[in-house]
Amino acid sequence: MNEFINIGWTKDEIAKKIANEFPHGSYVNLGIGMPELVSKFVDESKEIIYHSENGLLGMGPPANENELDYELINAGKKPVTILPGGSYCHHADSFSMIRGGHIDYCVLGAMEVSEGGDLANWTTGKGIPAVGGAMDLVVGAKNVFVMSQHTTKDGSPKFLKNCSLPLTGKSVVTRVYSNLAILDVTPDGFKLKEMYEKIDFNLLQKVTEAKIISN
Amino acid sequence: MKINKLFNSVNDVMSDVFDGAVIMLGGFGEAGSPVELIHGLIDTKCKDLTIIANNAGNGKIGLGALIGENQVKKVICSFARSPKSITFKELYENNKIELEVVPQGTLAERIRSAGAGIPGFYTQTSVGTPLAEGKEIKIFDGKEYVLEKSLKADFALIKAETSDRYGNLTYNKTARNFNPIMCMAANQTIVQVKRIEKEENTDPEKIITPSIFINKVTVVSDPIIESIAIDNGETYP
Repeated sequence: MNEFINIGWTKDEIAKKIANEFPHGSYVNLGIGMPELVSKFVDESKEIIYHSENGLLGMGPPANENELDYELINAGKKPVTILPGGSYCHHADSFSMIRGGHIDYCVLGAMEVSEGGDLANWTTGKGIPAVGGAMDLVVGAKNVFVMSQHTTKDGSPKFLKNCSLPLTGKSVVTRVYSNLAILDVTPDGFKLKEMYEKIDFNLLQKVTEAKIISN
Repeated sequence: MKINKLFNSVNDVMSDVFDGAVIMLGGFGEAGSPVELIHGLIDTKCKDLTIIANNAGNGKIGLGALIGENQVKKVICSFARSPKSITFKELYENNKIELEVVPQGTLAERIRSAGAGIPGFYTQTSVGTPLAEGKEIKIFDGKEYVLEKSLKADFALIKAETSDRYGNLTYNKTARNFNPIMCMAANQTIVQVKRIEKEENTDPEKIITPSIFINKVTVVSDPIIESIAIDNGETYP
Protein backbone atom coordinates (compact mmCIF):
# COMPACT_ATOMS: atom_id res chain seq x y z
CA MET A 1 0.00 0.00 0.00
CA ASN A 2 1.32 3.39 -0.85
CA GLU A 3 0.24 6.29 1.35
CA PHE A 4 2.29 8.87 -0.58
CA ILE A 5 0.74 8.44 -4.00
CA ASN A 6 -2.47 10.18 -2.98
CA ILE A 7 -0.96 13.13 -1.18
CA GLY A 8 0.81 16.17 -2.52
CA TRP A 9 0.14 18.29 -5.56
CA THR A 10 -2.45 17.04 -8.07
CA LYS A 11 -1.37 16.26 -11.63
CA ASP A 12 -2.94 19.56 -12.73
CA GLU A 13 -0.99 21.46 -10.08
CA ILE A 14 2.27 19.85 -11.18
CA ALA A 15 1.42 20.61 -14.82
CA LYS A 16 0.83 24.27 -13.91
CA LYS A 17 4.20 24.54 -12.17
CA ILE A 18 5.91 23.20 -15.30
CA ALA A 19 3.90 25.47 -17.62
CA ASN A 20 4.94 28.50 -15.55
CA GLU A 21 8.58 27.64 -16.15
CA PHE A 22 8.51 28.03 -19.95
CA PRO A 23 9.61 31.49 -21.12
CA HIS A 24 7.53 33.20 -23.84
CA GLY A 25 8.54 31.94 -27.29
CA SER A 26 9.82 28.52 -26.12
CA TYR A 27 9.75 25.48 -28.39
CA VAL A 28 8.45 22.57 -26.32
CA ASN A 29 7.92 18.82 -26.79
CA LEU A 30 5.50 17.19 -24.35
CA GLY A 31 5.67 13.41 -23.90
CA ILE A 32 2.65 11.18 -24.27
CA GLY A 33 0.45 10.80 -21.17
CA MET A 34 0.75 12.97 -18.05
CA PRO A 35 3.07 15.58 -19.68
CA GLU A 36 0.34 16.39 -22.23
CA LEU A 37 -1.56 18.12 -19.36
CA VAL A 38 1.04 20.89 -19.25
CA SER A 39 -0.27 22.71 -22.35
CA LYS A 40 -3.60 23.36 -20.58
CA PHE A 41 -1.93 25.61 -18.03
CA VAL A 42 0.24 27.94 -20.07
CA ASP A 43 -0.54 31.56 -19.22
CA GLU A 44 -2.27 33.36 -22.10
CA SER A 45 0.26 36.20 -21.97
CA LYS A 46 2.86 33.78 -23.40
CA GLU A 47 3.08 32.06 -26.76
CA ILE A 48 4.60 28.56 -26.67
CA ILE A 49 5.19 26.50 -29.82
CA TYR A 50 4.62 22.76 -29.45
CA HIS A 51 6.61 20.22 -31.43
CA SER A 52 5.31 16.72 -32.14
CA GLU A 53 8.07 14.45 -33.37
CA ASN A 54 6.05 13.00 -36.25
CA GLY A 55 6.70 16.16 -38.25
CA LEU A 56 4.43 18.81 -36.75
CA LEU A 57 5.59 22.16 -35.37
CA GLY A 58 2.91 24.46 -34.02
CA MET A 59 0.60 21.73 -32.75
CA GLY A 60 -2.79 22.88 -31.47
CA PRO A 61 -5.33 21.19 -29.16
CA PRO A 62 -6.82 17.72 -29.84
CA ALA A 63 -9.23 17.62 -32.80
CA ASN A 64 -13.00 17.75 -32.16
CA GLU A 65 -15.27 14.95 -33.36
CA ASN A 66 -16.26 16.98 -36.43
CA GLU A 67 -12.71 17.87 -37.51
CA LEU A 68 -11.01 14.45 -37.14
CA ASP A 69 -8.28 14.02 -39.75
CA TYR A 70 -6.38 10.74 -39.65
CA GLU A 71 -3.51 12.39 -41.51
CA LEU A 72 -3.10 15.09 -38.86
CA ILE A 73 -2.03 13.26 -35.73
CA ASN A 74 0.39 13.69 -32.82
CA ALA A 75 3.17 11.41 -31.59
CA GLY A 76 0.57 9.49 -29.59
CA LYS A 77 -1.21 8.86 -32.92
CA LYS A 78 -4.28 10.85 -31.84
CA PRO A 79 -5.94 13.40 -34.21
CA VAL A 80 -4.89 16.95 -33.33
CA THR A 81 -4.96 20.41 -34.91
CA ILE A 82 -2.32 22.78 -36.25
CA LEU A 83 -2.19 26.46 -35.26
CA PRO A 84 -1.50 29.45 -37.53
CA GLY A 85 2.28 29.68 -37.87
CA GLY A 86 2.62 25.91 -37.77
CA SER A 87 4.38 23.72 -40.31
CA TYR A 88 4.91 20.13 -41.41
CA CYS A 89 8.22 18.44 -42.12
CA HIS A 90 9.59 14.95 -42.71
CA HIS A 91 10.93 12.74 -39.94
CA ALA A 92 14.64 13.48 -40.40
CA ASP A 93 13.99 17.24 -40.20
CA SER A 94 11.69 16.74 -37.21
CA PHE A 95 14.37 14.79 -35.36
CA SER A 96 17.01 17.33 -36.41
CA MET A 97 14.95 19.81 -34.37
CA ILE A 98 15.41 17.44 -31.43
CA ARG A 99 18.91 16.02 -31.95
CA GLY A 100 20.34 19.31 -33.20
CA GLY A 101 19.54 21.03 -29.91
CA HIS A 102 16.71 23.27 -31.13
CA ILE A 103 13.98 22.16 -28.70
CA ASP A 104 14.06 24.29 -25.53
CA TYR A 105 12.13 21.97 -23.20
CA CYS A 106 10.87 18.43 -23.23
CA VAL A 107 8.70 16.92 -20.51
CA LEU A 108 8.74 13.15 -20.06
CA GLY A 109 7.42 10.52 -17.68
CA ALA A 110 9.81 8.29 -15.74
CA MET A 111 10.07 4.87 -14.20
CA GLU A 112 13.34 5.77 -12.44
CA VAL A 113 15.67 8.79 -12.22
CA SER A 114 19.12 8.66 -10.65
CA GLU A 115 20.85 11.44 -8.69
CA GLY A 116 23.25 11.77 -11.62
CA GLY A 117 20.36 12.53 -13.98
CA ASP A 118 20.11 9.10 -15.59
CA LEU A 119 16.60 8.32 -16.84
CA ALA A 120 14.87 4.96 -17.28
CA ASN A 121 11.45 5.23 -18.92
CA TRP A 122 11.26 2.96 -21.99
CA THR A 123 11.26 -0.66 -20.90
CA THR A 124 11.00 -2.80 -17.79
CA GLY A 125 12.99 -5.45 -19.66
CA LYS A 126 9.81 -7.51 -20.11
CA GLY A 127 7.44 -7.60 -23.08
CA ILE A 128 8.06 -5.97 -26.45
CA PRO A 129 10.81 -3.33 -26.18
CA ALA A 130 9.68 -0.04 -27.76
CA VAL A 131 11.67 3.18 -27.49
CA GLY A 132 10.05 5.68 -29.90
CA GLY A 133 11.70 9.11 -29.71
CA ALA A 134 12.58 9.11 -25.99
CA MET A 135 16.32 8.49 -26.42
CA ASP A 136 16.56 11.31 -28.97
CA LEU A 137 14.62 13.78 -26.81
CA VAL A 138 16.72 13.27 -23.69
CA VAL A 139 20.04 13.94 -25.43
CA GLY A 140 18.75 16.69 -27.71
CA ALA A 141 16.42 18.96 -25.74
CA LYS A 142 18.11 21.84 -23.91
CA ASN A 143 16.09 21.14 -20.74
CA VAL A 144 14.73 17.70 -19.87
CA PHE A 145 11.97 17.84 -17.26
CA VAL A 146 10.60 14.68 -15.69
CA MET A 147 6.95 14.71 -14.56
CA SER A 148 6.15 11.78 -12.33
CA GLN A 149 4.64 10.53 -9.10
CA HIS A 150 7.29 10.54 -6.38
CA THR A 151 7.05 6.79 -5.79
CA THR A 152 5.84 3.75 -7.71
CA LYS A 153 2.31 2.43 -7.19
CA ASP A 154 3.57 0.04 -4.51
CA GLY A 155 5.43 2.84 -2.71
CA SER A 156 8.99 2.09 -3.86
CA PRO A 157 11.25 5.09 -4.47
CA LYS A 158 11.65 6.23 -8.08
CA PHE A 159 14.42 8.76 -7.42
CA LEU A 160 17.45 6.62 -6.76
CA LYS A 161 21.22 6.60 -6.34
CA ASN A 162 21.41 4.45 -9.47
CA CYS A 163 18.73 3.26 -11.86
CA SER A 164 18.12 -0.49 -11.95
CA LEU A 165 16.12 -0.55 -15.22
CA PRO A 166 17.62 -0.21 -18.72
CA LEU A 167 18.49 3.46 -19.31
CA THR A 168 16.90 5.85 -21.79
CA GLY A 169 19.82 8.24 -21.36
CA LYS A 170 22.78 8.90 -19.07
CA SER A 171 23.11 12.23 -17.18
CA VAL A 172 20.26 13.80 -19.13
CA VAL A 173 17.57 14.97 -16.66
CA THR A 174 17.58 18.67 -15.74
CA ARG A 175 14.79 18.72 -13.16
CA VAL A 176 12.17 16.44 -11.62
CA TYR A 177 8.57 17.50 -10.87
CA SER A 178 6.69 15.10 -8.58
CA ASN A 179 3.58 15.26 -6.41
CA LEU A 180 5.85 15.91 -3.40
CA ALA A 181 8.71 18.07 -4.64
CA ILE A 182 10.61 19.81 -7.40
CA LEU A 183 14.21 18.60 -7.48
CA ASP A 184 17.03 20.00 -9.59
CA VAL A 185 19.66 17.57 -10.81
CA THR A 186 23.00 19.17 -9.91
CA PRO A 187 26.61 17.92 -10.08
CA ASP A 188 26.20 17.14 -6.34
CA GLY A 189 22.91 15.24 -6.75
CA PHE A 190 19.23 16.13 -6.25
CA LYS A 191 18.73 19.60 -4.80
CA LEU A 192 15.38 20.66 -3.35
CA LYS A 193 13.79 23.57 -5.22
CA GLU A 194 10.27 23.37 -3.82
CA MET A 195 8.44 20.97 -1.48
CA TYR A 196 4.73 20.20 -1.08
CA GLU A 197 3.66 22.52 1.73
CA LYS A 198 2.08 19.91 4.02
CA ILE A 199 5.00 17.53 4.39
CA ASP A 200 8.35 17.96 6.10
CA PHE A 201 11.79 17.32 4.70
CA ASN A 202 12.32 14.13 6.72
CA LEU A 203 9.29 12.56 5.11
CA LEU A 204 10.42 13.61 1.64
CA GLN A 205 13.85 12.10 2.24
CA LYS A 206 12.24 8.91 3.57
CA VAL A 207 10.46 8.25 0.25
CA THR A 208 13.51 9.18 -1.83
CA GLU A 209 16.38 6.71 -2.02
CA ALA A 210 18.95 9.25 -3.18
CA LYS A 211 20.09 11.92 -0.76
CA ILE A 212 18.38 15.29 -1.28
CA ILE A 213 20.33 18.49 -0.68
CA SER A 214 17.91 20.77 1.15
CA ASN A 215 19.62 24.13 0.90
CA MET B 1 8.95 9.52 -76.14
CA LYS B 2 7.67 10.84 -72.84
CA ILE B 3 8.70 9.73 -69.37
CA ASN B 4 5.81 8.02 -67.65
CA LYS B 5 6.10 6.38 -64.22
CA LEU B 6 2.34 5.91 -63.85
CA PHE B 7 1.05 2.32 -63.66
CA ASN B 8 -2.53 1.10 -63.86
CA SER B 9 -2.78 -1.02 -60.73
CA VAL B 10 -1.20 -2.00 -57.44
CA ASN B 11 -0.36 -5.43 -58.86
CA ASP B 12 1.52 -3.80 -61.76
CA VAL B 13 3.82 -1.79 -59.48
CA MET B 14 4.61 -4.77 -57.25
CA SER B 15 5.95 -7.06 -60.00
CA ASP B 16 9.68 -6.89 -59.10
CA VAL B 17 9.45 -7.79 -55.39
CA PHE B 18 11.34 -10.96 -54.41
CA ASP B 19 11.74 -13.36 -51.47
CA GLY B 20 14.13 -12.05 -48.82
CA ALA B 21 13.80 -8.42 -49.93
CA VAL B 22 14.43 -5.52 -47.52
CA ILE B 23 11.40 -3.25 -47.73
CA MET B 24 10.78 0.18 -46.20
CA LEU B 25 7.20 1.12 -45.42
CA GLY B 26 6.36 4.81 -45.00
CA GLY B 27 3.98 5.99 -42.31
CA PHE B 28 3.79 6.85 -38.64
CA GLY B 29 0.97 4.80 -37.22
CA GLU B 30 -1.69 4.88 -39.90
CA ALA B 31 -0.85 8.36 -41.23
CA GLY B 32 1.07 7.94 -44.48
CA SER B 33 0.98 4.15 -44.32
CA PRO B 34 0.71 2.69 -47.87
CA VAL B 35 -1.95 0.16 -46.89
CA GLU B 36 -3.02 -0.80 -50.43
CA LEU B 37 0.60 -1.31 -51.56
CA ILE B 38 1.18 -3.53 -48.52
CA HIS B 39 -1.88 -5.54 -49.52
CA GLY B 40 -0.36 -5.82 -53.01
CA LEU B 41 2.83 -7.09 -51.32
CA ILE B 42 0.76 -9.73 -49.49
CA ASP B 43 -0.66 -10.82 -52.88
CA THR B 44 2.88 -11.44 -54.21
CA LYS B 45 3.28 -14.14 -51.49
CA CYS B 46 6.95 -13.09 -51.15
CA LYS B 47 8.50 -14.42 -47.95
CA ASP B 48 11.41 -13.82 -45.54
CA LEU B 49 11.01 -10.07 -45.88
CA THR B 50 12.85 -7.58 -43.68
CA ILE B 51 10.57 -4.64 -42.94
CA ILE B 52 11.85 -1.18 -41.97
CA ALA B 53 9.07 0.99 -40.56
CA ASN B 54 8.32 3.07 -37.47
CA ASN B 55 5.77 0.61 -36.08
CA ALA B 56 4.89 -3.07 -36.39
CA GLY B 57 1.28 -2.93 -37.52
CA ASN B 58 -2.21 -2.96 -36.05
CA GLY B 59 -5.03 -5.46 -36.40
CA LYS B 60 -4.99 -7.50 -39.62
CA ILE B 61 -4.82 -4.60 -42.07
CA GLY B 62 -1.67 -3.35 -43.82
CA LEU B 63 1.56 -4.29 -42.03
CA GLY B 64 -0.39 -6.18 -39.36
CA ALA B 65 -1.82 -8.39 -42.13
CA LEU B 66 1.56 -8.87 -43.87
CA ILE B 67 3.10 -10.05 -40.58
CA GLY B 68 0.04 -12.25 -39.95
CA GLU B 69 0.62 -14.00 -43.29
CA ASN B 70 4.09 -15.04 -42.03
CA GLN B 71 5.86 -13.16 -44.84
CA VAL B 72 8.14 -11.17 -42.51
CA LYS B 73 11.24 -12.56 -40.79
CA LYS B 74 12.49 -9.33 -39.23
CA VAL B 75 11.15 -5.90 -38.31
CA ILE B 76 13.42 -2.88 -37.79
CA CYS B 77 11.39 -0.20 -36.01
CA SER B 78 11.27 2.26 -33.10
CA PHE B 79 7.95 1.30 -31.53
CA ALA B 80 6.53 -2.19 -32.04
CA ARG B 81 4.08 -1.98 -29.12
CA SER B 82 0.50 -0.91 -29.75
CA PRO B 83 -2.85 -1.61 -28.08
CA LYS B 84 -4.22 -2.90 -31.39
CA SER B 85 -1.19 -5.01 -32.35
CA ILE B 86 -2.17 -8.66 -32.74
CA THR B 87 0.05 -10.36 -35.29
CA PHE B 88 3.48 -8.98 -34.37
CA LYS B 89 2.86 -9.53 -30.65
CA GLU B 90 1.90 -13.15 -31.17
CA LEU B 91 4.88 -14.00 -33.39
CA TYR B 92 7.33 -12.07 -31.17
CA GLU B 93 6.16 -13.81 -28.01
CA ASN B 94 6.67 -17.16 -29.76
CA ASN B 95 10.15 -16.17 -31.06
CA LYS B 96 8.94 -16.42 -34.65
CA ILE B 97 9.93 -12.91 -35.73
CA GLU B 98 13.09 -10.86 -35.16
CA LEU B 99 12.97 -7.29 -33.85
CA GLU B 100 15.66 -4.61 -34.07
CA VAL B 101 14.66 -1.67 -31.89
CA VAL B 102 16.04 1.66 -33.13
CA PRO B 103 15.50 5.07 -31.53
CA GLN B 104 13.13 6.99 -33.80
CA GLY B 105 15.55 9.80 -34.65
CA THR B 106 18.36 7.34 -35.28
CA LEU B 107 16.01 5.34 -37.53
CA ALA B 108 15.16 8.47 -39.52
CA GLU B 109 18.82 9.50 -39.78
CA ARG B 110 19.97 6.00 -40.78
CA ILE B 111 17.43 6.14 -43.63
CA ARG B 112 18.23 9.74 -44.62
CA SER B 113 21.98 9.09 -44.61
CA ALA B 114 21.58 6.01 -46.84
CA GLY B 115 19.75 8.17 -49.35
CA ALA B 116 22.52 10.76 -49.18
CA GLY B 117 25.35 8.27 -49.74
CA ILE B 118 26.64 8.48 -46.16
CA PRO B 119 27.46 4.99 -44.80
CA GLY B 120 27.27 5.89 -41.12
CA PHE B 121 27.33 8.71 -38.58
CA TYR B 122 27.92 9.39 -34.90
CA THR B 123 25.11 10.39 -32.56
CA GLN B 124 24.66 10.95 -28.83
CA THR B 125 21.30 9.15 -28.93
CA SER B 126 21.41 5.83 -27.03
CA VAL B 127 24.88 6.37 -25.50
CA GLY B 128 24.96 4.61 -22.12
CA THR B 129 21.88 2.50 -22.92
CA PRO B 130 21.46 -1.14 -23.99
CA LEU B 131 20.86 0.02 -27.59
CA ALA B 132 24.49 1.23 -27.85
CA GLU B 133 26.00 -2.05 -26.67
CA GLY B 134 28.53 -3.53 -29.10
CA LYS B 135 28.73 -0.34 -31.16
CA GLU B 136 31.79 1.86 -31.63
CA ILE B 137 31.94 4.87 -29.33
CA LYS B 138 33.92 7.96 -30.26
CA ILE B 139 34.56 11.12 -28.26
CA PHE B 140 34.08 14.54 -29.86
CA ASP B 141 34.79 17.63 -27.72
CA GLY B 142 34.65 15.52 -24.57
CA LYS B 143 31.26 13.94 -25.30
CA GLU B 144 30.56 10.32 -26.21
CA TYR B 145 28.87 9.45 -29.50
CA VAL B 146 27.85 6.07 -30.93
CA LEU B 147 28.45 4.95 -34.52
CA GLU B 148 25.24 4.10 -36.39
CA LYS B 149 25.23 2.62 -39.88
CA SER B 150 22.90 3.80 -42.62
CA LEU B 151 19.90 1.69 -43.69
CA LYS B 152 19.20 0.89 -47.34
CA ALA B 153 16.36 -1.10 -48.84
CA ASP B 154 15.55 -2.98 -52.00
CA PHE B 155 12.11 -1.37 -52.14
CA ALA B 156 10.30 1.52 -50.46
CA LEU B 157 6.49 1.52 -50.38
CA ILE B 158 5.28 5.09 -50.08
CA LYS B 159 1.98 6.90 -49.64
CA ALA B 160 1.76 10.42 -51.04
CA GLU B 161 -1.02 12.85 -51.91
CA THR B 162 -0.25 13.71 -55.55
CA SER B 163 2.21 12.83 -58.29
CA ASP B 164 2.70 13.90 -61.88
CA ARG B 165 3.86 11.45 -64.58
CA TYR B 166 7.50 12.11 -63.58
CA GLY B 167 6.93 11.11 -59.94
CA ASN B 168 7.12 14.55 -58.33
CA LEU B 169 5.33 14.08 -55.00
CA THR B 170 3.35 16.15 -52.54
CA TYR B 171 2.08 14.88 -49.18
CA ASN B 172 -0.78 15.62 -46.80
CA LYS B 173 -0.06 17.04 -43.33
CA THR B 174 1.59 14.56 -40.90
CA ALA B 175 1.18 11.74 -43.43
CA ARG B 176 4.54 13.00 -44.75
CA ASN B 177 6.65 11.58 -41.86
CA PHE B 178 9.13 8.89 -43.03
CA ASN B 179 7.92 8.87 -46.65
CA PRO B 180 10.27 11.47 -48.24
CA ILE B 181 13.43 10.02 -46.68
CA MET B 182 12.46 6.44 -47.54
CA CYS B 183 11.94 7.50 -51.18
CA MET B 184 15.67 8.31 -51.24
CA ALA B 185 16.96 5.15 -49.55
CA ALA B 186 15.63 2.31 -51.74
CA ASN B 187 16.73 0.79 -55.03
CA GLN B 188 13.13 0.90 -56.23
CA THR B 189 10.58 3.35 -54.82
CA ILE B 190 6.92 2.50 -55.36
CA VAL B 191 4.25 5.08 -54.56
CA GLN B 192 0.50 5.13 -54.10
CA VAL B 193 -1.10 8.55 -54.51
CA LYS B 194 -4.63 9.84 -54.09
CA ARG B 195 -4.54 11.65 -57.43
CA ILE B 196 -2.41 12.52 -60.43
CA GLU B 197 -1.58 16.12 -61.29
CA LYS B 198 -0.75 17.30 -64.80
CA GLU B 199 2.89 18.41 -64.73
CA GLU B 200 1.94 21.84 -66.10
CA ASN B 201 -0.30 22.30 -63.05
CA THR B 202 2.27 21.37 -60.40
CA ASP B 203 4.08 24.23 -58.74
CA PRO B 204 7.79 23.30 -58.50
CA GLU B 205 7.94 25.18 -55.18
CA LYS B 206 5.38 22.78 -53.68
CA ILE B 207 7.12 19.52 -54.64
CA ILE B 208 8.40 17.75 -51.51
CA THR B 209 10.00 14.70 -53.19
CA PRO B 210 11.59 15.35 -56.61
CA SER B 211 11.00 12.75 -59.31
CA ILE B 212 14.58 11.40 -59.41
CA PHE B 213 13.86 9.31 -56.29
CA ILE B 214 10.73 7.67 -57.72
CA ASN B 215 10.32 4.60 -59.94
CA LYS B 216 6.65 3.59 -60.04
CA VAL B 217 3.40 5.35 -59.16
CA THR B 218 -0.16 4.11 -59.03
CA VAL B 219 -3.42 5.73 -57.95
CA VAL B 220 -5.45 4.65 -54.93
CA SER B 221 -8.00 7.42 -54.86
CA ASP B 222 -9.90 6.44 -51.73
CA PRO B 223 -7.39 4.67 -49.45
CA ILE B 224 -8.39 2.63 -46.42
CA ILE B 225 -8.30 4.47 -43.09
CA GLU B 226 -6.63 1.81 -40.97
CA SER B 227 -8.15 2.63 -37.57
CA ILE B 228 -11.70 2.77 -38.96
CA ALA B 229 -11.20 -0.48 -40.91
CA ILE B 230 -9.89 -2.22 -37.77
CA ASP B 231 -12.78 -0.89 -35.66
CA ASN B 232 -15.14 -2.25 -38.32
CA GLY B 233 -13.52 -5.68 -37.99
CA GLU B 234 -12.05 -5.64 -41.50
CA THR B 235 -9.08 -7.90 -42.31
CA TYR B 236 -6.87 -8.70 -45.32
CA PRO B 237 -6.72 -10.86 -47.41
